[in-house]
Amino acid sequence: MDRRTTIKWMLAASAAWPAWQQAMAQAGHGTALLRPPAAPGYGTDPDLVTPHRRGEFWPLTLSAAQRRLAAVLSDLIIPADAHSPSASAVGVVDFIDEWVSAPYPTQQRDRPTVLEGLRWLDEEATRRFGKGFADLDAAGQAAICDTICDAARAAPERREAARFFALYRDLTAGAFYSSPAGRADLGYIGNVPLKSFEGAPPELLRRLNLS
Amino acid sequence: MPFVTAKSQQSAYDVIVVGSGAAGGQTAYTLCMEGARVLMLEAGRRYRPESETPMFQTPDMAPLGGVGTPQKPFGFYDATVDGGWEVPGEPYVRTTEDHGGRFDWWRARMLGGRTNHWGRISLRNGPYDFKPRSRDGLGFDWPLGYEDLAPYYDKVELLIGVYGSSEGLENTPNSPPGCLLPPPKPIVSDYAIAKAARRLGIPVIPGHRAVLTRALDHTSNPRRLHPGNAGAQRILAADMRSRAPCLWATPCGRGCSIRANYQSTTVHLPPALASGKLDITTDAMVYEVTLGPDGHATGVNFVDRTTGRHQHASARVVVLAASACESARLLLNSKSAQFPDGLANSSGKVGRYLMDTVGSDVYGQVPLLESLPPLNEEGADGHQMYTPWWLYREQLAGKLGFARGYHIEFGGGQRMPGPGTGAGLEWLTGGSYGARFKEDVRRFYGSFVYFSGRGEMIPNENSYCEIDPSVKDKWGIPVLRFHWQWSEHETRQAAHMQRTFADIIEAMGGKPREVQSDGAKAIAPGGLIIHEVGGAIMGADPRISVTNQWCQTWDVPNLFITDGAVFPSNADKNPTLTIMAVAWRAADHILERLRRKEL
Repeated sequence: MDRRTTIKWMLAASAAWPAWQQAMAQAGHGTALLRPPAAPGYGTDPDLVTPHRRGEFWPLTLSAAQRRLAAVLSDLIIPADAHSPSASAVGVVDFIDEWVSAPYPTQQRDRPTVLEGLRWLDEEATRRFGKGFADLDAAGQAAICDTICDAARAAPERREAARFFALYRDLTAGAFYSSPAGRADLGYIGNVPLKSFEGAPPELLRRLNLS
Repeated sequence: MPFVTAKSQQSAYDVIVVGSGAAGGQTAYTLCMEGARVLMLEAGRRYRPESETPMFQTPDMAPLGGVGTPQKPFGFYDATVDGGWEVPGEPYVRTTEDHGGRFDWWRARMLGGRTNHWGRISLRNGPYDFKPRSRDGLGFDWPLGYEDLAPYYDKVELLIGVYGSSEGLENTPNSPPGCLLPPPKPIVSDYAIAKAARRLGIPVIPGHRAVLTRALDHTSNPRRLHPGNAGAQRILAADMRSRAPCLWATPCGRGCSIRANYQSTTVHLPPALASGKLDITTDAMVYEVTLGPDGHATGVNFVDRTTGRHQHASARVVVLAASACESARLLLNSKSAQFPDGLANSSGKVGRYLMDTVGSDVYGQVPLLESLPPLNEEGADGHQMYTPWWLYREQLAGKLGFARGYHIEFGGGQRMPGPGTGAGLEWLTGGSYGARFKEDVRRFYGSFVYFSGRGEMIPNENSYCEIDPSVKDKWGIPVLRFHWQWSEHETRQAAHMQRTFADIIEAMGGKPREVQSDGAKAIAPGGLIIHEVGGAIMGADPRISVTNQWCQTWDVPNLFITDGAVFPSNADKNPTLTIMAVAWRAADHILERLRRKEL
């Protein structure tokens, strides 16, 4: 991640304290849920060379039910297709669990958004169809997701749920496209040593009218 | 005798250099290669880029996909060790948390300092940049001119390796033949940006970065750098032969284990150590310059971080190269009967005139770049091209509403996917998910272009640091308190950046995302661009400056400051190359005075 992107993350992180968390706190429930995980993080001098496992630096905290629901939602966002596997097949649930369990400010702000969002999905599914979200058929799941997949079009009472969906989709996509399968899906061919660097192919420049 | 513990330091050093980054590395290199015995004191730990650099590690191997956290602000794989805008146990004080008035102070506690992770953009200041007050009546002139520093820019480019080209543009100096390495070839988005920008009258030329696009000339360069010094030539030639050229992969911000880019740890320190003249003590937190009864510096006091013991080191000359604010802090904390307000501070200007770079970013999406075939666009990690400031005439005629310029750094292409990939696409996708979302991500991947303005800030009376009266760090050393204020010259410049970047993206047929017309909101907070300079500015008048043009403090003849603290202005050009050129020139001066027994 370059400096620019990092600063954007940092600024974004400091800009928006979610209204939802305040609302939840005022409503007086979910306090255990909202409590930030206690862990020191990976410190300021971690080993950068050895690959790390999810859960190595802080415990993962999602329950089995939450992980099941997370997998279902991740795969609704990124299903398997002819090019690549589904999100859950490349470990996206572990990534999301690691994210919401992390001791850092951005992740601690995202935690209640994700956990309350998952709960909202089940409550909405139960209200509309009489069973939990993970147990709905594809049509039922889509019926709910369609109401929250675009924050700009979501009904006012579903704004927070739409915010959750946007965050969850970002996390799912970020985890998926960080994986080897996700990189391959995008046709990424970098990160290999080359003897020389040839830049833009001339025939492509001609096709794009840039030569 | 290279790395020595606090206990095993020798007693007969010519020069103590505090800090091991661009300034400290360059100062020590120049001194040692010409025979001076140097003790370098670094507050952070020893760092070995050859074995510690994560070269080909991918985001899935890092916690949280490697995104930035307070413990690793530029991401997990960033080279920085024990650093960031917050360093545990080493606080500083902000007088406000407001966007426009805050200053965040970046530090890296490691051998080589910030040079391990920096952007490697290496631009020469132009002739105007040394005489800004003479041009527009604002800020301060330098007590030297471009012609004084030009030979040292040549030397630094020959030593560290900088790619780029000489285009003959206004206030954008050419380098003499043989100084620059060839620039990397542009990628598709570079061509698209250049075409649109040129239609708007905005130049686009090859960038300048400290990356070896081919091996350095180990026959010619050492001779040009150390004429008549066969020993130095031999050491440098051997070292240059051991630096590999870029392998066109892996982000430079992680550092480079094959030494293809400039880090103090891979370029300055190895030959200086090979000279046998350099001792380095890491984990040595210097907090005070000691003063003798004759008004000369006798050495420094430091805390050995491994034992907590306080210790003194002595030498004939003391050079501060600890970073602009840390050097100012050291002076302000070095109080004596002779200097009750801090050492070398008879002018009252220590800590004054802090500057950062004006920064503002816009990105956009360009349909022309959608769904391109797979391309390896890593190059030398971006910045194949850039835009130098181009509106000198309009500015001088008063048409812009702000007095100083900016350059544009831009990027795009099919870079390594990571935790930001596919995020925040609703404005383009209408909120797709499922199979359509996967198609959308494929379509948009590689079609974004990013523009960053990097502009000049004019020094002002309200941007400064001082010692906080009560807060101390974990060793009991008093800490800095920062005051910060932008002027309209900076905020209007930031608004101009936003408009310009949006214009370029639209001229590409693209859509800019989030353009901010209010410059006060568009400008990045102070310290965020990490180009802070000033705090002990050089000048021609001892009453209003801290050092002379040789980085020698007016008050203490054997005390020098060779880092960004001495900058009396902060041109839009990224400061590191100039820091090194100024440090080399100062080190040459120190050598001359040492030879004449004047120090």
